[in-house]
Amino acid sequence: MNHWYDWVPLMLLGSSLLPGLVIFALPERSVRLRTVLNLSGAVVKLLLVGWILRHIYFDYAVLFETRLTLIPQLDLALRIDPLAMLFVTLSSVLWLLTTIYAIGYLEGAPHRSRFFGFFSLCVTATVGVALAANLFTFLLFYELLTLSTYPLVVHRGSDKARRAGQSYLIYTIVGGVLLLLGTVWLYTLTGSLEFTPRGFVADLEQRHHPALILIFILLIAGLGVKAALVPLHGWLPQAMVAAAPVSALLHAVAVVKAGAFGIVRVVYEVFGVQFAASLGVAVPLAIVAAITIIYGSIRALYQDDLKRRLAFSTVSQVSYIVIGVALAGPVAAIGGIVHLVHQGLMKITLFFCAGNLAETLGIHKISEMSGVGRRMPWTMAAFTIGAFGMIGLPPVAGFISKWYLSLGAIEAGQDWVIGVLVISSLLNAAYFLPVLYTAWFGTPPERWPQARDFGRRETARALLFPTLVTGASALLVGILAATPFSPLAWAKLIIEREFY
Amino acid sequence: MAAEHVSLLPVLLIFLPLIGALLSFVFRRRAAGLGIATAVAVFVIAIALAFSLTRPQRYPVGGWGAPLGIDLVVDGLSLIMLLMSATVGLGVSLYAGGYFHARPQLARAFWPLWLGLWTALNGLFLAADIFNLYVTLELLGLSAVALAALGGSAAALGGAMRYLLVSLLGSLLYLLGVALLYHAFGSVDIALLGERASAQPVTLAALVLMTVGLILKTALFPFHFWLPPAHASASSPVSALLSALVVKASFYILLRLWLEIFEPLNPGRGVTELLGLLGALAVLWGSLQALRQTRLKLLIAYSTVAQLGYLFLGFPLAAAVGPAAWQAVIYLALSHALAKAALFMAAGNIVLFGGHDRIADLDRVVQRLPLSLAAFAIAGISLMGLPPSGGFIGKWLLLEAAIEAGQWWWVVIILIGGMLAAAYLFKVIGFAFTRAPVSHEANAVPPVMEWTALVLAVGTVLLGLWVSPLLAWLATGNPFGVGP
Repeated sequence: MNHWYDWVPLMLLGSSLLPGLVIFALPERSVRLRTVLNLSGAVVKLLLVGWILRHIYFDYAVLFETRLTLIPQLDLALRIDPLAMLFVTLSSVLWLLTTIYAIGYLEGAPHRSRFFGFFSLCVTATVGVALAANLFTFLLFYELLTLSTYPLVVHRGSDKARRAGQSYLIYTIVGGVLLLLGTVWLYTLTGSLEFTPRGFVADLEQRHHPALILIFILLIAGLGVKAALVPLHGWLPQAMVAAAPVSALLHAVAVVKAGAFGIVRVVYEVFGVQFAASLGVAVPLAIVAAITIIYGSIRALYQDDLKRRLAFSTVSQVSYIVIGVALAGPVAAIGGIVHLVHQGLMKITLFFCAGNLAETLGIHKISEMSGVGRRMPWTMAAFTIGAFGMIGLPPVAGFISKWYLSLGAIEAGQDWVIGVLVISSLLNAAYFLPVLYTAWFGTPPERWPQARDFGRRETARALLFPTLVTGASALLVGILAATPFSPLAWAKLIIEREFY
Repeated sequence: MAAEHVSLLPVLLIFLPLIGALLSFVFRRRAAGLGIATAVAVFVIAIALAFSLTRPQRYPVGGWGAPLGIDLVVDGLSLIMLLMSATVGLGVSLYAGGYFHARPQLARAFWPLWLGLWTALNGLFLAADIFNLYVTLELLGLSAVALAALGGSAAALGGAMRYLLVSLLGSLLYLLGVALLYHAFGSVDIALLGERASAQPVTLAALVLMTVGLILKTALFPFHFWLPPAHASASSPVSALLSALVVKASFYILLRLWLEIFEPLNPGRGVTELLGLLGALAVLWGSLQALRQTRLKLLIAYSTVAQLGYLFLGFPLAAAVGPAAWQAVIYLALSHALAKAALFMAAGNIVLFGGHDRIADLDRVVQRLPLSLAAFAIAGISLMGLPPSGGFIGKWLLLEAAIEAGQWWWVVIILIGGMLAAAYLFKVIGFAFTRAPVSHEANAVPPVMEWTALVLAVGTVLLGLWVSPLLAWLATGNPFGVGP
């Protein structure tokens, strides 16, 4: 560590880790200090992110890397590269917004120090996942993510929450074990785990190829648990019992995205997408993703509980990322990677909205939403944007993802994927449009299940503000996709610089 | 004689706790202060030894030298063991200061016994011949039994009685082996025996006797029956000592003998595979039993049975891939020592606070002891083998060895063991998140007891990050034979 640049990745971690640790020690009643710590951590992280983005964009040569050798050949290493920054930016922005949301949401609830402490740890682990420069470091933060999200899932302490937490642990710990096995095995073959553009395993002898196929399966299965690939998705709908900000974070940023992001890393920077294709593992991965997309959508159709419907929608949408990666072509990859951001913005909006409905009017089920658009127009407007995006209507962000995915499918010669995307879009429409119809055109009931009064506003400011910001962003990144600072432009930059 | 070049630090590691034991016996009222001062001094000296040891050292006590006098030997393996006992010893001493403050009667017995135990332990790790190993092992066993009985409850006495019988039987078997080797090869010095011993029936008999005696004392499955009652019914600082340190001592002797005397004679794959198999069964059986327990301290004690099992996987794996497997095993032993001490301390705080250790009723207790619960959880992470922790590094190295050896059945055992550990530990940790009523009259827990548990637990995390210096120390003098 000679140059102070080497400390930058650590600062990114520290900006959420340190406030988190201090918050644990705070007594329950010091609300203001806790809020200040939370928000200043988030703002500092955002400032850092902005500064780094500028550096990467204009000066490609800068390398920010922190490295600690544990065992010879095995380093704990954090490195900033364009792909990492895509994920870090997403999580930093959404962390700030979710924190604001959570402060409003949890006002007066018990155990808030514990909640925000683990919340910060969870973001730290996510940023670590993003910055990991090798599979070993990735594994470390991936497990840390499991451990720091468990307390958030069970935070409410009801029996249902504890059962959900148990199921979450069983899935993720088994997933972690598979990932660990794959990682150690790979290490015994290659002696290195550094993420390298275009992969580092292609040079192995032919006789190791069966082992490599097994390792690929192990790694993807381990990551697939968090990315909720069918049939490893069982924990996700159950985890819906958690508070709305937790669901929002779990679905949009932290957990499922860590899994999907890991799949991107493994396919592109461990195996190399060409080599993965030549091993014959890319197409099966695409098929699994396609099944997940269709299955998740079909299950979503049948849910009356709003959050469960959104959960199954997540199962489906995250696999867009996976399918984009598995198609083994640059255009599809752009679609997949940009969907990492787009899905995050849209899904967090939807979850914020669901939280607003529950907190303001006590609405948890779709059948209770009749006419809610008139009572909460802003919330439902944001919800509508998110839903349109999920369906893939232009100009919302989701359209951009699907457009690139379709083009990529044609380019890769996998035309069947377009069929999958079309079916999925129809199903998305089938489970979102009725919700919108009920909300906007249904007749409101005499009285809402559990209405709270917020005076002239439709709901608390801390709940509405983040919702509107993410909703507007989901729209804007779609409209402004062609501008140089859009997520799409960044995804293209990643593909050009790293993968092809 | 190169005596003047030899540092006196190893000798101090034995004499300081001995003096401490005597003083604390004489000046009973100041026993706690004396004990803690001794612990700090031993810790500092162990650290100093670690930084000054560049190659293995042999120190002839009184200048006599082998074969007449008593020699002390320190290499990387002994060093790591000494550091382990120094760290845990310091932690337990601080903890015991708080624990026995309200029980002055027990404190009078505890301090001399514990410092005596520490003397024996350090002597054991430094011994250069198999007879001194016997003497220290016996002293260690006797003081451990006395400490286990300290609680005075019927359960504690019963557990201690069984412990005494097992301990004596184990030492006796070991002593028979010593006699056989001495008779056959005319020396008790380990290095000389390593040169002289040859593969003949008497060596084999010694191998069998000593191994059985030592695995009995290490509580390897199926000889683990005595451990859970003894460890669980002892008072909490003692439980921590027994589980973290005492069982490692007999494993250390077994490893030493194996490395220096028996392994070069090629006793055959049967022995290593059998030890590995018993280790694997210990992992599974201990974990399943831990999962079944309804009492917290018994759960932790069965977890020790399971964790000791991993150490024996080193035998078949080292036979296949060499010293890397031993590195893994020692790392696991070290991490387990810290983690298990922290767990027992945290459990002790919980028992003290709530007055019981029924797992089903723990929720309202753990929710009011966040520091102890944090210690429990962090130490638990290391036992599960999740990163970042020493347990993770140990498992990583062990998995690497098993995969490299192509012995997939051990891989499966290691992974299943980790998952079972998660299952039984989260059984407890999950209680932090219930909606328990706060309606309980509780005994105050001195802050020092909470903090030492937490600091030791955090130590397991540091073991997961500060790996290469420790492995470099361990490699001093190349204790595992060929290799890097």
